[in-house]
Amino acid sequence: MQFEEIKSLISDKLADAIVGEDLESTPLALIIEAKSIHKVCVLLHTHEKTYFDSLSCLTGLDNGEEKNSMEVIYNLYSIPYDLHLMLKVELPRESPEIDTVSDIWKTADWLERETYDLLGIQFNNHPDLRRILLPDDWEGHPLRKDYVEQEKYHDVIVKWESKNEKGMTA
Amino acid sequence: MSSQFSISNSPLQKSEPLKYKESDLKTEEMIINLGPQHPSTHGVLRLEVVTNGEIVVDVVPHMGYLHRCFEKHAESLAFNQTIPYTDRMDYVAAMNNEWAFVMGVERMLGIEKKIPKRVEYIRVLVAELNRIASHFIAIGTYGMDIGAFTPFLWMMRDREHILRMLEWASGARMLYNYIWVGGLFYDLPIGFEERAKEFVDYLKPKLKDSETLLINNKIFIERTANIGVLPSDLAINYGINGPMLRGSGLKFDLRKVDGYSVYPEIDFEVPVGTGKMGTVGDCWDRNWVRYQECWESIRIIEQCVEKLLGEHKRTREFDPRALVPKKIRPKAQDYYVRAENPKGELGFFFRTDGRADQPLRCKARSPSLSNLSVIAEISKGSMLADLFAILGSMDLNMGEVDR
Repeated sequence: MQFEEIKSLISDKLADAIVGEDLESTPLALIIEAKSIHKVCVLLHTHEKTYFDSLSCLTGLDNGEEKNSMEVIYNLYSIPYDLHLMLKVELPRESPEIDTVSDIWKTADWLERETYDLLGIQFNNHPDLRRILLPDDWEGHPLRKDYVEQEKYHDVIVKWESKNEKGMTA
Repeated sequence: MSSQFSISNSPLQKSEPLKYKESDLKTEEMIINLGPQHPSTHGVLRLEVVTNGEIVVDVVPHMGYLHRCFEKHAESLAFNQTIPYTDRMDYVAAMNNEWAFVMGVERMLGIEKKIPKRVEYIRVLVAELNRIASHFIAIGTYGMDIGAFTPFLWMMRDREHILRMLEWASGARMLYNYIWVGGLFYDLPIGFEERAKEFVDYLKPKLKDSETLLINNKIFIERTANIGVLPSDLAINYGINGPMLRGSGLKFDLRKVDGYSVYPEIDFEVPVGTGKMGTVGDCWDRNWVRYQECWESIRIIEQCVEKLLGEHKRTREFDPRALVPKKIRPKAQDYYVRAENPKGELGFFFRTDGRADQPLRCKARSPSLSNLSVIAEISKGSMLADLFAILGSMDLNMGEVDR
């Protein structure tokens, strides 16, 4: 099944779900509307022609203040058909929220927790959205572009000012 | 929990609180905290185990004790400067890590087809040597976890041969920085190919011996067969790859499926678990798959050595750095690359903007993290002692879980 067929499969069933595509990326990517991501994933996971049974990677990224958006990126892989697909979802930067897919792929549970931990994206209906890599009382989400480390963490200095010859902090 | 042992006021309780509260538990249940410093957790993994007597009710892993901000670092470093950081993710299989990373960058630059065959064969050779070293750690420490100490010493002895060979090639014992974008640090030292051949000839009888000693041992079988059974559909749903998925009976190896590098030219088999001693997908199967993969790696090494001494032999003109780009600046794109590591599928997601030498985002999808996430599912209802048999059979590397 080709990329175009997957695209028409989704747009047949869910009319407004696809808002764009990215042909530069590898694997080819579809840009999905945030509120229909769960439905799209259910469709791709269960449809007999696609059967994307494995979620290789789920991650998020911050586009910075200029674009004022965040993204969640899903890399799907179908073992029986050897298909690859990337899904991208754009979210507003002020209140990034998206539905969880951890009920479809269990592996998304921890990957979403990690995305929440490092980027502060909220996953609705997630069974156990706690921080996973950082301590619970850590302040801020480090992979956001506007992240500033806290001065001290339990009396341990976090923010070390190391200056190079130009006087810039590393 | 009596007040004598209460840690409610300590910083530990604030930074990594337990998921279960005393009030959630039934009368007969209790919480046992294992780790982060515990020999059986293979690193700094902390497990919050809810037990009913000896029976495990739930397991909640707490990790992050070895978090070294790989993704944050990668955002502010040039691609070639990130390679040493990838070494430190799965530090017992550093060659495989850096190869996966380098492969992604090469594909983004569009130079992966131009890499000389000799470079590719050397990469396969060192990666497979490192795969054997990683599997030896997995099998050796697993034996030790469940009470067999001798195989550990045997495995570590043979692994040391590999580490010394790789040290000879790259200058470092474990963290190599040997595979570069577009080539290699150096060509192999003179005599390496012959030494590799000698080594596999030495290794074959030793591997057979340790197979007899460990996995065909009655006590080992009793401890591992029918323990921690992982059905293949559950494994796929949890994103598990590598020997764990193959132990569950699915013939899925990215070296075959994606056929990257020169693997299509090499003849090797993909071993899968068959439930020889118990059920398909039990701890014994996973270890058996690792043993068989060592045999397959030996086959691959032999074929590589043959090619490196014959068709793609060392010449005076050969320069492994000839294609190393001066400036690594891929065009703006998103790229997801994956490769078969000893632990499973290692993936890197890159976003580049075409204007900077650094990626805008570099996400490492580590196999150990996904493999660990199934622990609660498959250890529920088992004995506490079997929890370690299950945990060890996953072959976790905390450096990779926490990154």
